[in-house]
Amino acid sequence: MKAYEIVTEPINPQLYADYVLRPEAGAVTLFTGHVREWTRGIRTLYLAYEAYIPMAEKMLAKIGMEIEKKWPGTRTAIAHRIGELKIGEIAVVIAVSSPHRHDAYEANEYAIERIKELVPIWKKEIWEDGTEWIGDQRKKPEEGESL
Amino acid sequence: MITIFYFAGLREAAGKAQEQAELAGHTVSELLEWVGHQYPHLSLDAVRVAVNEEYALAEDILQAGDTAALIPPVSGG
Repeated sequence: MKAYEIVTEPINPQLYADYVLRPEAGAVTLFTGHVREWTRGIRTLYLAYEAYIPMAEKMLAKIGMEIEKKWPGTRTAIAHRIGELKIGEIAVVIAVSSPHRHDAYEANEYAIERIKELVPIWKKEIWEDGTEWIGDQRKKPEEGESL
Repeated sequence: MITIFYFAGLREAAGKAQEQAELAGHTVSELLEWVGHQYPHLSLDAVRVAVNEEYALAEDILQAGDTAALIPPVSGG
């Protein structure tokens, strides 16, 4: 395995948790993102992910560097799977270790937000009656809502 | 000559994953105009361009041998 990678086979999250664990780390946060069956009332049969692999791996590494700068003393590993994924399978894993838990929680959430902004990976939802490439899903402020 | 990559919905709409074009010396925004002219049905509004695997600015100039990837809104995670 690599610390920042795009994979085509099922993800074993333990590998990434083990990778970031060190004697000075008192906390490891391990996030796994899974294929969800129901989105806004529509049933997904499976998902197909595509990536611009060399750039995606570079961007994952860039996110890891940002995290090590913002939360010194952390170590991060991230993998995203591409190809066809069934309901419940792991699409993404993020492992962050830090001396104390607070940084590991914060850095882990930062990583998934940055993945959704930056990393060239695309998801196609396959339903019973059609398919669609999904665009930007980041939360945006509602109209009239203050930031 | 530069190489252009198309991904996801753009790949399906363009009917190809990549092609070569004589766009060395042109800017990234001129590349997008060229693509829009070749494939008027592509929606390029929210598309970013990565040159040699790094996000590029509209005014960046393409060099011979560059790879320019059209990046539609991403949806990883």
